[in-house]
Amino acid sequence: MAETLLVARAITRRFGGLVAVNAVSLDLERGAVHAVIGTNGAGKSTLINILSGEIAASEGTVELLGQDVTRLSQPRRALRGLGRSYQRNTIFPQFTVTENCRLAAQAVRQRPWAIWERAAESPDANQLARTAIERAGLTHDAARLAGSLPHGRKRQLEIALCLATTPRVLLLDEPLAGMGAEETERMLALLAHLKSDHAILLVEHDMDAVFRIADRITVMVNGVAIASDTPPNVRANAEVQRAYLGEGH
Amino acid sequence: MPNFVRPALVISIVVALAVFPLAAGKYEVDLIAKILVLAIFALSLELLVGQTGLVSFGHAAFFGLGAYTTALLLQDPDPRSFWLVMAAAMVVAALYALPVAALCLRTRGVYFIMVTLAFAQLVYYVFHDTKIAKGSDGIYLTGVPAISFAGWVPFDITKSLPFYYVALALLCAVYALLAMLERSRFGRALAGIRVNEQRMRAAGFATYPYKIAAFVIAAMLAGLAGFLKATKDGYVNPEMLAWHESGAVLLMIILGGLGKLRGAVLGAFAFVLLQEVFKNDAIFGEFAKRWQLLLGFTIIVCVLVLPHGLVGLPARLRRRERHDG
Repeated sequence: MAETLLVARAITRRFGGLVAVNAVSLDLERGAVHAVIGTNGAGKSTLINILSGEIAASEGTVELLGQDVTRLSQPRRALRGLGRSYQRNTIFPQFTVTENCRLAAQAVRQRPWAIWERAAESPDANQLARTAIERAGLTHDAARLAGSLPHGRKRQLEIALCLATTPRVLLLDEPLAGMGAEETERMLALLAHLKSDHAILLVEHDMDAVFRIADRITVMVNGVAIASDTPPNVRANAEVQRAYLGEGH
Repeated sequence: MPNFVRPALVISIVVALAVFPLAAGKYEVDLIAKILVLAIFALSLELLVGQTGLVSFGHAAFFGLGAYTTALLLQDPDPRSFWLVMAAAMVVAALYALPVAALCLRTRGVYFIMVTLAFAQLVYYVFHDTKIAKGSDGIYLTGVPAISFAGWVPFDITKSLPFYYVALALLCAVYALLAMLERSRFGRALAGIRVNEQRMRAAGFATYPYKIAAFVIAAMLAGLAGFLKATKDGYVNPEMLAWHESGAVLLMIILGGLGKLRGAVLGAFAFVLLQEVFKNDAIFGEFAKRWQLLLGFTIIVCVLVLPHGLVGLPARLRRRERHDG
């Protein structure tokens, strides 16, 4: 039986009169990629922001590793094993790749009062950073300035920054955005590799990629999850075809 | 740059400053002492603006609070412990900084600038319009802070030379502390917050307490500078708390170069020395009365020509050479 790491129940978010997310429930299991698709404005980003704790849900609950985290802030959820990437890179351009990952890894053991200790010499953060860089396939770029990396590598660094704190659940917001064919392949291989020990939520616009890698797909339309099923069943679902996949697929 | 150049440079600058009074007159010693105090003030703001990315336009509040605390504690002719008065100045600055930080840091960007200004003006008017410390007239220090060893007072701190060396020692100490801070996990976290707060929160840093800590430390160091300023002048008035004092210290760190500790020190020197030059009527004649105009114009030109401040000058010259060659 698969391990369920994140459980979201009846998540609703209202912005004034607008219901951006309407009673969406989903489970994220270790070893599975759960994709959320939908047109622009369907509520995907709001959903991911609620799960990560950046915005509060109007209603509903979020459980992380069996504990209710609905009322916890984003940093506290992060420390309990939730990592997320952003659609727009949130890297530190003027630091090297290693410094980027070490800084993120530092979150695990922050010790801000120990001002006599050099950050660059903290063995635990360095070890976590090295592992994250290796897993994200950036070993050869470790000494480069993050801002000087090509776009695809920056996206990999965005993932490495998530991995640096050794999360169990990954929320990935359009990791393939703006990537060329080769970069996409590399990222998909990375995700397939990460799947084995993480539960992954993937928000993505590249439908070919989603149907290749996802184990489960939730389709959102106007804040409502109209289907949540395996890729073949989603593809065959008449309502989904009408609402979303219609023309192209 | 080879490894030994930087420490050698730092040591030679400190030595030069240490032997300077032997070769200079009282006026010059007092002038440099004034700069040393302002350099501490500028360093304190650099921690906030340059390192953490929080542009405060109300930093004079903490400078002034440190100075007023010093003055109010020294209203008896009896000398009081230097260390005690210094600590009190810093603690009072920190006590005001804590609620101010907690409230101001709920805002961002231009709102943060405005709210810090508002809290500084609040203190300004308290001292300006109430009788706590003789209002707009300001007050004189009656007593002196004394550094004593088991009852023996080796020097009078209000005299030029002892003050100069005390200020130099404290500047070195503050610089060393901030340099250590910059390399520590705390300092790296502040740098991370400056560059990308969203990523820091996603990684698990509660950024709000980090920013409050930076704000309070910056305020304490500004309070230290205020304590020195009051001790040096023997007099404080509300102008020390006014917004143009906050503006002047902001100009110093911008002129010197944001993001670098040495920029703050360099900026304090450049700012005050430029002021001295433009005020000199032997050079500028009648125009010396309008020194603010010249200073303002020079700073505008500097910022336009040197976007990274004076610390960016060597790199810029090197680039120029490469272009020509």
